[in-house]
Amino acid sequence: MSNVFALLFRREARLLCRRPAELANPLVFFAIVIALFPLAVGPESQLLQSISPGLVWVAALLAVLLSLDGLFRSDFEDGSLEQWVVSPHPLALLVLAKVLAHWVFSGLALVLLAPLLGLMLGLPASTLPVLLLSLLLGTPVLSLLGAVGAALTVGLKRGGLLLALLILPLYIPVLILGSGALQAALQGLPAAGHLLWLASLTALSVTLTPFAIAAGLTISVGE
Amino acid sequence: MNWTWFHKLGSPKWFYEIGGRWLPWFGWAAAILLLVGTVWGLAFAPQDYQQGNSFRIIYIHVPAAFLAQSIYVMLAAAGLVGLVWKMKLADVALQQAAPIGAWMSFIALLTGAVWGKPTWGAWWVWDARLTSMLILLFLYFGIIALGQAISNRDSAAKACAVLAIVGVVNIPIIKYSVEWWNTLHQPATFKITEKPAMPAEMWLPLLVMVLGFYCFFAAVLIMRMRLEVLRREARASWAKAEVRALVEKHA
Repeated sequence: MSNVFALLFRREARLLCRRPAELANPLVFFAIVIALFPLAVGPESQLLQSISPGLVWVAALLAVLLSLDGLFRSDFEDGSLEQWVVSPHPLALLVLAKVLAHWVFSGLALVLLAPLLGLMLGLPASTLPVLLLSLLLGTPVLSLLGAVGAALTVGLKRGGLLLALLILPLYIPVLILGSGALQAALQGLPAAGHLLWLASLTALSVTLTPFAIAAGLTISVGE
Repeated sequence: MNWTWFHKLGSPKWFYEIGGRWLPWFGWAAAILLLVGTVWGLAFAPQDYQQGNSFRIIYIHVPAAFLAQSIYVMLAAAGLVGLVWKMKLADVALQQAAPIGAWMSFIALLTGAVWGKPTWGAWWVWDARLTSMLILLFLYFGIIALGQAISNRDSAAKACAVLAIVGVVNIPIIKYSVEWWNTLHQPATFKITEKPAMPAEMWLPLLVMVLGFYCFFAAVLIMRMRLEVLRREARASWAKAEVRALVEKHA
């Protein structure tokens, strides 16, 4: 069983590596959105620093959402999804491998890019570990929850906007906890409480969402 | 235990008949309760010692908010029944209840805004309970949009069911995270575990209104579901006969 998981993960990773442009798109989007804000609200460093926790998190959330639209699309079109559904292996496990691979290549890259943008927004270096940790814990939740929406909308012609409508309300706890952790760190308060809550959300979503994703895919494929 | 009634509920024809019999009961109960509650609450209940007469909007605000939350739970329950027992009627209930829930959250938000102006001095504040009601409205929009985007009726119902169940797992998390984030609103008016802080002359009409709103919801839901059942069963002979009888009655 774990063999299938590893095989699928390796296949997905290879596929993702062969389309580097698609991998780069969410990252560039993330950077551009962050760059838009100083242009919109003015370059005053005090103001930017105080809004940066929310800013980084909203931008990261939108970037993950954007990258999720195509998560299952090509597999749906070439019929691999149908093979997954009829295969003897549990669909939830296969889905988990797929989302994990997606997260490693897009979510993790986002996490690595974030400190750079954080510094540009004027976040003090002492808060960067909290930024990294909160994104590291939060982005898997974003990927997994978003995959539920992607699975439900994969058969639709214009699923992108609908996906945002379905999933963004569900992202709110992650947004609150993630930006809350960063805000606390910025004010010199301990951020451990927020981070622990984020970690429990991660554990919850890793255990529960694969089943919802699998159910969504079964419905979309059966249509 | 006898499960016949449960299996019977799966039959659209049976539901159409029994729903038609229940409908006047719920309709009249809703009308009487809402009338009594409104008059009692607006004219006879004592003034609030701080908020004066402006508190009276509670008699619309709280029942609507109650209903908005319970309808979402009902959606998830109907979705679960639809997914597990493949009961078509649960699908109908889910899709017909969602717009009612969206309207109830809208009413709760609107009356909240009207109430907020004299008490807090602003139409909208980013307070935890207002914000979670807004998020609930968005969740309803998501379910309605998903149901309309998928053309196949059965897959649309299943997809909505999955989304409702995911949403209901998330609602407590959203609620607590938002509450932690910011709170200005007064705590919940009714708690099952505690005695209400209001005097009886104030909360009794509220209770009547809450019951009235639930009866109103039941009546509207049955009406909508009966119509949808007729639409889905349009080819069945009993539905044709029913429509013919209705047309003749109103001709």
